[in-house]
Amino acid sequence: MTVPIALPVVNKAPFRVLPGFRLSLGFTLFYLTLIVLIPLSAVFLKTFTMTWDAFVSAVTSPRVMASYRLTFGASLLAALLNVIFGGIVAWVLVRYKFPGKRIIDALVDLPFALPTAVAGIALTTLYSQNGWIGRYLEPLGIKVAFTPLGVLVALTFIGLPFVVRTVQPVLEDAERELEEAAASLGASRLQTFARVIFPTVFPALLTGFALAFARATGEYGSVVFIAGNMPMVSEITPLFIITKLEQYDYTGATAIAVVMLIVSFALLLTINLLQAWVRKRGQAEKV
Amino acid sequence: MSAVITPGIATTPMRGEPAYAPAATLEPLWVRIVLVGIAFAFLTLFLFVPLVAVFYEGLKKGWDVYVDSIIEPDAWSAIKLTLMTAAIAVPLNLVFGVAAAWSIAKFEFRGKNILLTLIDLPFSVSPVISGLIYVLLFGLQGYFGPWLREHDIKILFAVPGIVLATVFVTFPFVARELIPLMQSQGSEEEEAALVLGASGWKTFWHVTLPNIKWGLLYGVILCNARAMGEFGAVSVVSGHIRGETNTIPLQVEILYNEFNVVGAFAVASLLAFLALATLAIKSFIEWRLHKQLTAHTALAAADQE
Repeated sequence: MTVPIALPVVNKAPFRVLPGFRLSLGFTLFYLTLIVLIPLSAVFLKTFTMTWDAFVSAVTSPRVMASYRLTFGASLLAALLNVIFGGIVAWVLVRYKFPGKRIIDALVDLPFALPTAVAGIALTTLYSQNGWIGRYLEPLGIKVAFTPLGVLVALTFIGLPFVVRTVQPVLEDAERELEEAAASLGASRLQTFARVIFPTVFPALLTGFALAFARATGEYGSVVFIAGNMPMVSEITPLFIITKLEQYDYTGATAIAVVMLIVSFALLLTINLLQAWVRKRGQAEKV
Repeated sequence: MSAVITPGIATTPMRGEPAYAPAATLEPLWVRIVLVGIAFAFLTLFLFVPLVAVFYEGLKKGWDVYVDSIIEPDAWSAIKLTLMTAAIAVPLNLVFGVAAAWSIAKFEFRGKNILLTLIDLPFSVSPVISGLIYVLLFGLQGYFGPWLREHDIKILFAVPGIVLATVFVTFPFVARELIPLMQSQGSEEEEAALVLGASGWKTFWHVTLPNIKWGLLYGVILCNARAMGEFGAVSVVSGHIRGETNTIPLQVEILYNEFNVVGAFAVASLLAFLALATLAIKSFIEWRLHKQLTAHTALAAADQE
């Protein structure tokens, strides 16, 4: 018995009513390949010209290890600060009424819109010895500008909108009936927060954290001005890549770039999974 | 900071929630004041003060010095280069964004999620690496470097390199805004137009475009802000030739490093203005989109009755 082989793909392809599928997808793939995929693959191709040992020694030299510690450590702390304060800002913006709320809500996105170089020189001027903020910290023995603490300040600034903007819509959609139910069953406000509100916003907080962290690890413009850029002390990894480039050590720069890219891709994957989790949560609640 | 904190739900009343908050789900007054106070303090320290500082430092020596710093030839050529770069990069990414959104939102095909992730890639790449990739391609030691030198074409440390790096970092903006918007709108209206005999292009111009215009503008505004303000990627490929390959952010850096603080902040204030204008237009569009959306759901609800 011969099983008739189904007439191939032609029949299986869904019937498309709207025109322009081939044109639009074709152009999309062409442009994506030209602008993003080919240039990015150059980074990986370049590292293949290195021997494994050369690669390892380039990405684990003491100076670059110190830059990883600073970049990832400061990014982690900045993202944590943003979870705490960004969470409070989102809560206040959604739940309370106070004057100037509209403007504050719009200004939260400032770090997205303000060019990083402008943020960098503004923060440096504020936190230097004679600056508006620095002059009050100086007598306390706290130095911010030109120290690792400055890196933390800059990274907190650029990460600010992420947590607020991921938590805000979740809080807006959260059903207050659940809180009322908890209250009527005798829960205190604190218990309601811990058992009802916090679990609802937790995935969004985590997503905001990951987004802020991912952005901070690659940040350059706002940090270079305030960091002081001392090797082994306040030199971030992206700056170290530029230093290598300026010394015409292209392979060395590329090797470190590959490490950073792999970290970013891993973070991107994590963020996608987290966002899927947030969406699933939202849908489950509505059903 | 004695803000008057009145109880109430802050979200727009359009969501059908009661306009009052039952006392049981409201925190005590002192908790509300403390929380609003913390939010204010945090935002003041990290947003308002830096923003005010930019304008204050730029205007510190008076209006004349401010204007002189901006119309000074090097600054002026930086402004022109920045405008030109954005004028090339934004339309390119606009066309791409529309094409990508059309194919992704209106059709089903395999590998769509991978395509979406790939479109997002430039957002997760450090700006420095975005510049580095073009050095690897077009630099003298790069893959196309020798060929370019033979034919006397300059890309790196010249205007084309700056444009390319800007296109790369602003690549996802328009597509990211349009894809979810067009997905939520479906394709019934386009199908109706086609059934009535409109051509594909006509359908796009008269049906799709009016529907997505606010989302499109939103994406363009954000794309433009980033294109004009990009620092890291452009800094790697520019070569920093005064009056030739300096964009506004690079000019700010040069002035600042030369201790010309007033000049640096004067030029920087242009970018701060751009940021504020972007936020204002963005808020306006969000308001319009929200109105459009509620009108849409009201219409759908009326249809069902």
